[in-house]
Amino acid sequence: MMRSAFYVLATLAVMGLGYWAYVENYKTQHALDQVEDLQREIGTMREKLVVLKAEWAYLNRPDRLRDLAEMNYDRLGLLPLAPEQFGKVDQIAYPQEEDDLPFLASDDSIDVQGNLVGTIDPSPEGEDFP
Amino acid sequence: MTRVPLRPLARILEAREQGGDPDAIERENKHRRHEEMRDRARLRAEGRLLVLAAMFFCAFVTVGVRMGMMSSSVPSEPRAYAPGAQISQTRADIVDRQGRLMATNFVTHALYAEPPNMVDPKYAAAELAKIFPDLEEDKLLAQFTGTRKFLWIKPQISPEQKQAVHDIGEPGLLFGPREMRLYPNGPVAAHIMGGARYGEQAVQAAELIGVAGIESAFNERLSDPARAGDPLMLTIDLTIQAAVERVLAGGMTVMNAKGAAAILMDVHTGEVVSLASLPDFDPNDRPSPLTTGFDPSESPLFNRAVQGVYELGSTFKIFASAQALEMGIVNPDTMIDTRGPIRWGKHRINDFHDYGAQLSVTDIIVRSSNIGTARLAQQIGAANQRAFLDQLGFTKPTAIQLTEASGAKPLLPSNWSELSTMTISYGHGMSASPLHLATAYASLLNGGTRVTPTLVRTGPVAPGPRVVSERTSAISRDMLRQVVSADHGTASFAEVEGYRVGGKTGTADKPKPRGGYYDDKVIATFASVFPADDPKYVLIVTLDEPVVTILNEARRTAGFTAVPVAAEIIRRVAPLLGLKPEIEQPGPLGVTLTSN
Repeated sequence: MMRSAFYVLATLAVMGLGYWAYVENYKTQHALDQVEDLQREIGTMREKLVVLKAEWAYLNRPDRLRDLAEMNYDRLGLLPLAPEQFGKVDQIAYPQEEDDLPFLASDDSIDVQGNLVGTIDPSPEGEDFP
Repeated sequence: MTRVPLRPLARILEAREQGGDPDAIERENKHRRHEEMRDRARLRAEGRLLVLAAMFFCAFVTVGVRMGMMSSSVPSEPRAYAPGAQISQTRADIVDRQGRLMATNFVTHALYAEPPNMVDPKYAAAELAKIFPDLEEDKLLAQFTGTRKFLWIKPQISPEQKQAVHDIGEPGLLFGPREMRLYPNGPVAAHIMGGARYGEQAVQAAELIGVAGIESAFNERLSDPARAGDPLMLTIDLTIQAAVERVLAGGMTVMNAKGAAAILMDVHTGEVVSLASLPDFDPNDRPSPLTTGFDPSESPLFNRAVQGVYELGSTFKIFASAQALEMGIVNPDTMIDTRGPIRWGKHRINDFHDYGAQLSVTDIIVRSSNIGTARLAQQIGAANQRAFLDQLGFTKPTAIQLTEASGAKPLLPSNWSELSTMTISYGHGMSASPLHLATAYASLLNGGTRVTPTLVRTGPVAPGPRVVSERTSAISRDMLRQVVSADHGTASFAEVEGYRVGGKTGTADKPKPRGGYYDDKVIATFASVFPADDPKYVLIVTLDEPVVTILNEARRTAGFTAVPVAAEIIRRVAPLLGLKPEIEQPGPLGVTLTSN
């Protein structure tokens, strides 16, 4: 009696394990398929990224930027960086106390060419850079 | 199973009647029963053996079949193994010092044909000729209808062209994926990049091989699959390179030169920030080298900065004065006899102008006196001079990572006589490339430690062995500064306000191919350092055959040609390098106060 019960249980266990192995196997296959798909997707994404990077570099190539700056000079007024454009700390209009006078008038700041439009107070050395 | 009794009553009774032993019957029956049992057991054992044998057979057959299948099938990657980052890259990118892209790969397609699979070769040939104007319809048709089974039509085509070819609908026209090397900046830094071409070609892939420049010198590193995702970082700064090329091209036009080169080098590390050679080319569409019969320097492929080995003229004078100072022969204000000409056999050494009876060592440099430098060289001696130039790197090809560099060996006199010593001291009688000059200037002026020119960023660079003392280096810089700042200096056009440029001009007559020198063709060089009191960069500008007309007079000397171009380059580039202009203090620098 004990014996046959053991046999029945063992058979059931084998069947159960077999089914479990079957299910796991298919799950693994599915996961591997997914990994493969993802890797293919990563590959295409990477390829696209390379293309985008190359395009970015191509559109930002110095020759093109220079031509664009020259073409749009009227609007942007861009010129090559010149030594005169280095300023001094005391040429910068620092924000002042709020309750006091308003900010310095706009023509006291430095224009694009680095020329001093107005005089800044107090800045005795401000004339080093014409 | 009917059980046979061991003592059947009938036989026992019979045996008793006849006086027999009933035990014998029992024994006999027992024996018979044992025999039966033995036979059954054997049968069972034999059956088990058979099952076991069958199982072993099955196992071996399974193993054998699996082995056979494995050996005959195509190997494949185990699917569960997840590779790292690199999937599509095969050749590493090249970036500039700020990480901006200078060379990358691009997937395109190669077009090939399999004529046996073609349906309508005539139509296909006609359509292909429409898509690619450089293909000839008759030739294609001949190839398609000939005996060939396979032929390449185009090594790489654009996506639009691919679609157009696809629309022909010809099953015999096929595409193979190709990775193409792309230089997004076009001709900027062309000579550094060099270019790439296809090596071994298969339908599914083609190998990319560097043909020149850094692509060739680092071919193995760039095509190493393990480092494909790790870009090669150069010391070049793309913005500065573009600015230098732009100014140099303008200068070349204004000065009517047929070629120009510029090198901007970090004085302390030897990192080349910009290296330009004009005329240049587009590495995406690298022209084929000129066939024989031409001077290689006529080709745009020729890298003048690295391969152009010329006599560099008076730029060498600073080496003679620095060595004389280093050896303790002179001081900056020692007076040297400059009465000329010096006669040596049939040779005469003369000055451009007559500078009177004597000049101080500083003035020899400032006014560029050949006679004075030759006198210094006489005191230095041939062996010492040679050893010093060797320390500065003038006896070997430069170590820069370009394939062309190893071929650019300086031309030294076969017999280093006293006359050679004197002529070499003012830059004649030996030839070197502008890159040699940049390296030597950097080594001499950075405080006196040798630098090795490099194009690849590898982290902090330790200072090299000492070439000259700090003092000699500082005095030399001061002399070069005076060449620019003094009223009678030869490079007064190089004054860029705020950057304290120091430098030395050099004008050398070009040698004729058959010996002798041209009267009207020169190489004008300006070797400069800025800022002179706290050196950061060395800039070499070389113009090939420049000539400008000033007040109806043709001027070829470097002071009128190379110097203004160099000044403009510094003006444009120094702010980009982050150098702030500083107003110079009036009066001599502290360095000149050193006395004997």
